[in-house]
Amino acid sequence: MVVADKTKEDILKLLSQIADPEIPVVTIQEIGMLRDVNISDDGIEVIITPTYTGCPAMGIIEADIKALLHEHGYDATVKLVYNPAWTTDWMTDEAKEKMRKYGIAPPTHSSCGDIAAAEAEIACPQCGSKNTEVVSRFGATACKALYKCNSCKEPFEYFKCH
Amino acid sequence: MADLNELKYTYSLRLGDDAWILSHRLSEWCSNGPFLEEDLALTNLALDLIGRAQGFYKYAAELEGKGKTEDDLAYRRNERQYFNHLLVEMPNGNFADTIARQLYVSVFEYYFFNELKNSSDETFAALAAKTLKEVKYHMAHAVDWTIRLGDGTEESHWKMQRALDSLWMYTGELFEMDEVDNELLQQCIAVDVIALKAKWQEHIERVLKQATLKQAEDAYMQTGSRKGIHTEHLGHMLGDMQYLQRAYPDAKW
Repeated sequence: MVVADKTKEDILKLLSQIADPEIPVVTIQEIGMLRDVNISDDGIEVIITPTYTGCPAMGIIEADIKALLHEHGYDATVKLVYNPAWTTDWMTDEAKEKMRKYGIAPPTHSSCGDIAAAEAEIACPQCGSKNTEVVSRFGATACKALYKCNSCKEPFEYFKCH
Repeated sequence: MADLNELKYTYSLRLGDDAWILSHRLSEWCSNGPFLEEDLALTNLALDLIGRAQGFYKYAAELEGKGKTEDDLAYRRNERQYFNHLLVEMPNGNFADTIARQLYVSVFEYYFFNELKNSSDETFAALAAKTLKEVKYHMAHAVDWTIRLGDGTEESHWKMQRALDSLWMYTGELFEMDEVDNELLQQCIAVDVIALKAKWQEHIERVLKQATLKQAEDAYMQTGSRKGIHTEHLGHMLGDMQYLQRAYPDAKW
């Protein structure tokens, strides 16, 4: 196995193309799940963190990382860490914009203490109106809530701040 | 004194059990929720709890050092070897019963993990910091529903009151400390739950007042789970939960 000719940055760059299995318009790097890469004589170790403890996408992400690196001739191990705890603050502005265009209202506030306050002014990703309301704090995935827009009447998902 | 790793193993196992058993209870609502969004909400809570259980079981298995996995701990133990609080194994009952259980548990967990995140044990601290973010949503869900049902119709009000009253006797256990807690507390690893009781009670009272409900009257408090003594409900639940792994050991998808 050839590892020596690659730097940590090279590997991170390679991994930055892996899409989030649930929201394929953003990558695991943009969403903040890809934390670090360690290169040693034993091989490559990729450090990831879950968005939610029960996130069912973690298994797929691990498999995607291993498969991509294997394709490039590397064997890798993937380590799951909980510290520091993932937060939507790590999400880049570009990622939030991509998410909005995809139809998901991105998290607007930084990691929130007050859930109700953070939910107050969510703009509809379709029409931009802030006249929206929560249908349920829990949606199709752990990270999203269900909303509806009172202006254009469209239902939409909101990526909860965390 | 027992070995430190053994104490931490027991502590991690208990926290895993609390999450795991409540998760299974909530998952029993799948396709039985009062409406679609609420069905999703309850199963979302269950999913968070599975993730949490996995984290604590993994750590417990690592501390035990016998090469077990989180699945072995979840599926290969008998009733007396589970140490979850009695409260989390109580049946779902009607929707108000489930919400009352969620209220008591999630408010407790909010204060508990807020303390455990300062644990001198790095893994406990990391898992607690992560869990706390999720518990805030669980608590908000339970509080909203308690107010809605309590301050709702005559029927929803009395069902909610009856649920709060009948589960009250299982809340005393949340604030018990045994030798494992005390030994680990001395090392700044565990949480002093006795110190949380007043905050918990005040918080519950505040919510109930808003919900036009009454605090349950003090009564005999049931206990035993930290020694593996459970209510009759846990065995039935495990029979259902463990069936596949017991009938077909190591079965994989």
